Amino acid sequence: MGTISKIHEMLVSGECSCAELTKSYLDEIEKANPELNAYVNVTPDEAMRAAQAVDKKLAAGEEIGMLEGVPMTLKDNLSTKGIETTCCSKILTGYKPIFDATVWEILKSRNAVMLGKTNMDEFAMGSSCETSYFGGAMNPVNTNHVAGGSSGGVSSAVGGNIAAYGLGSDTGGSIRQPASFCGVVGLKPTYGSVSRYGLIAYASSLDQIGPITKSVEDASIVFDAISAPDRRDSTCKGNVGGATYPTLDNDIKGMKIGIAREYLDGVRDDVREAVLEAAKVYEALGAEIVYFDLPILKFALPVYYIIACAEASSNLGRYDGIRYGYKTAHYNGTHDMICRTRSEGFGEEVKRRILLGTYVLSAGYYDAYYKKAQNLRGTIVKAFDRAFEQCDVILAPTVPMTAFEKGHAVSDPIETYLTDICTVPVNIAGLPGVSVPCGFNSKGMPIGMQLIGKSFGEAQILNAAYKYQQAAPDKFMDTKWGVRL
Amino acid sequence: MKYELVSGFETHIELSTRTKIFCNCTTQFGGEPNTHCCPVCIGLPGTLPVLNREVVRYAIKAGLAVHGEIAEIAKMDRKNYCYPDLSKAYQISQLYAPLIIGGYVELSNGRRIRLHHIHIEEDAGKLIHQHGDTYVDYNRGGVPLIEIVSEPDIRSIDEAKEYVERLQQVMRYIGISDCKMQEGSMRCDVNISVRPEGSEKFGTRTEIKNMNSIANIAKAMEYEYDRQVDLIESGGKVIQETLRYDDATGTTSPMRSKEDAHDYRYFRDPDLVTINVPREEVERLRAELPELPMDKCRRYVNELEIPEKDALLLTKYRRISEYFDEAIKGVKSPKTVSNFIIGQMFRRTETESDKELFELATSPAQLNELVRLLDSGKIRNNLAKSTLEKMLDSGKGALEFISESDMGGVDENALLELCRKAIEGNPKAVEDYKNGKEKAIKSLVGNVMKNSRGKADAMAAEAKIKELIG
Repeated sequence: MGTISKIHEMLVSGECSCAELTKSYLDEIEKANPELNAYVNVTPDEAMRAAQAVDKKLAAGEEIGMLEGVPMTLKDNLSTKGIETTCCSKILTGYKPIFDATVWEILKSRNAVMLGKTNMDEFAMGSSCETSYFGGAMNPVNTNHVAGGSSGGVSSAVGGNIAAYGLGSDTGGSIRQPASFCGVVGLKPTYGSVSRYGLIAYASSLDQIGPITKSVEDASIVFDAISAPDRRDSTCKGNVGGATYPTLDNDIKGMKIGIAREYLDGVRDDVREAVLEAAKVYEALGAEIVYFDLPILKFALPVYYIIACAEASSNLGRYDGIRYGYKTAHYNGTHDMICRTRSEGFGEEVKRRILLGTYVLSAGYYDAYYKKAQNLRGTIVKAFDRAFEQCDVILAPTVPMTAFEKGHAVSDPIETYLTDICTVPVNIAGLPGVSVPCGFNSKGMPIGMQLIGKSFGEAQILNAAYKYQQAAPDKFMDTKWGVRL
Repeated sequence: MKYELVSGFETHIELSTRTKIFCNCTTQFGGEPNTHCCPVCIGLPGTLPVLNREVVRYAIKAGLAVHGEIAEIAKMDRKNYCYPDLSKAYQISQLYAPLIIGGYVELSNGRRIRLHHIHIEEDAGKLIHQHGDTYVDYNRGGVPLIEIVSEPDIRSIDEAKEYVERLQQVMRYIGISDCKMQEGSMRCDVNISVRPEGSEKFGTRTEIKNMNSIANIAKAMEYEYDRQVDLIESGGKVIQETLRYDDATGTTSPMRSKEDAHDYRYFRDPDLVTINVPREEVERLRAELPELPMDKCRRYVNELEIPEKDALLLTKYRRISEYFDEAIKGVKSPKTVSNFIIGQMFRRTETESDKELFELATSPAQLNELVRLLDSGKIRNNLAKSTLEKMLDSGKGALEFISESDMGGVDENALLELCRKAIEGNPKAVEDYKNGKEKAIKSLVGNVMKNSRGKADAMAAEAKIKELIG
């Protein structure tokens, strides 16, 4: 049974009150967070208030929804009215939004209990959570390792049982990669299925909000709740593919699971073996494994870094110290104020990507970089379309390796960029992808596999993921941290 | 050597939609600073723009009014630059796929100033410098604009003035903007170069930014033309630069290079979806357009036999032409209506803004009634004129001032009697006329008119008197 259903049952049966449950989560955060650094802002008052509202309903004998009273967390790039939202950047310190992100508005209206805001790479730029202004989030499986990034805080909190679930954002793998590192489930939905309103943009054409959870069932419940059209986001169509929960347990006999050989090139042996072993599990479940080539994948990484950085350079232009957030203390005129504010407020990785993005959009370089990348993006979309003529879902590693040790990512940015190789194609093509634990390396660090679906094909990939979870429950581990339900 | 002026205009026009281009804030001019704002138009992190469809409709109407081609697919782009009045550090505009392509503005000399394209975009906020500090007001941020980009087809300052006036006129006619240059709802960037007369090659151009009155446009162009000609004549070279016009000194000067040297790094705005413009929608909007001023003017001249000079005056403002159209319904001579409007009514609407509003006590229907009385011969011109004055003063109808007896006219016998009386009572005038003083007849006719209280037909009276005197 998933964590969310379990908590729901506990609340409905009266095994514990929502206030008691929330209190135990807050207590565990206090114990675990100094080491995990998953939360950058804990909001106990708000959490207890929300919990009491749920208890009041329960006391009155009212029915409660599945997500009501379930303690959860939001990545710190999701706007929360009146609660500091910093993107883990110095430049947004002190910024309290005056509105809620649509996803939070939805969950709040369902009486979700938010425990606090979780750590992330600064502006979601990074693969280890270590570019965070507040220091990186650690891996609950082994705290000498990073939680991954950019949604490292959410993964660490969920893996460490100090949140039942959380919402992250995925621009080039930022949900799936930390989920893989921490041994939890992470769903990056189809571009346009979840509203981005209130998500502080990194790269607008790639960003998508999704759940990080302990189980596939939980991911399905949360996704079904947050995927809805939003008149404030014109790119959002909502859950076109329909609810995913009802079909989770469908038989997958005859389902065609594709493996692109390119996805297996260059990944570590233990990762490759774990993924191929998962393929065997699928065969045993009656699915058909289809191998094919997807040579265009070799362009995915440069295409991603050009497009993402170009959009970021524009999206991050607004942080000038005039209206909100950090502002330099000493300056001489407006121009100097803006320069100093940005120089002092942004970290190294963010500056690197702003510079890269500015460069690829500049006069004389636009055609050679940005335009070419856009053209290739179209080609990649078509290549995936063709791949899905041969299979229903694609099986691939989530990351070519397991969680880095502390400090590794920071020392070699280029090598770190390369670790995004398996996750970025999904964002470029706007497809849904879910990362599911599928094994451990020799040191016991989790390995993740991802199931990639057709556009708005969340139901199919979650169905496939759920069946795997049932067939291989031993791959879903627990950690020593947090709340025991 | 004689030099020819070559000029092209970039004209920004604020659309008078009720709400802003990407949010629901009001577009009203003024207001306490930062009160017409929301998270979207001040670009708070995480907000997203949603295109106001009304803006697209207004822009399509503008495009149709200047004979442009409406694109089937249009896209929004980001124009990146950093300035405190631009809350997102980029302006959402159109570069790669604008909404309207081509078109032209026809001038009274028959020349057509071709348009390159028209695109939609958002306005920026405003900086206010006060007590040595700089404040920013985002009320104007996100107000919808169209930018009309002309080809370098303008060849004289008079053409430039007319081009702007024509745009102003047509945009007001179709009701998409008030085009008030003094309030900034219409602003022009003027590109200008000179070349030896007869030369095919364009000279190097300069751009004068943000002109806010037609008078200043003319003055700035005059100055800049002379400056460029002098420069070339003295062996110098015009350099391509952006200038500002100083109203106080009447001169242009270069903007600081920092303001000028922009690389806008345009790219498609990923937050906004492609704009699809169905052809039925374009036709629906075309059908909504009123008759345009040039077409109206032509019709007045050709069908109603109004002199061109008068037709131009009648069509300059939409309200006046509508008033005229209403007042001529069923009358024999539209020219008479035109004369009343341009004569007596224009005297009561002296300023341009009075003419723009054209609010008079007398309705078109009331004027129509008066002219019909004239048409039917029931009253004479003099009476009509004096009656119109009273109508304009009071707002009352013609019949309030004209009695039954006034309208009877004068029958044949009565006229004969009146003429006889005039002859008998004015032997001196009769004598003068007989001695060849043609004009003397006028005083006799005047006598008839006076005694008939203006009801007699002056022409008939004159003929009758001549007949009687022999």
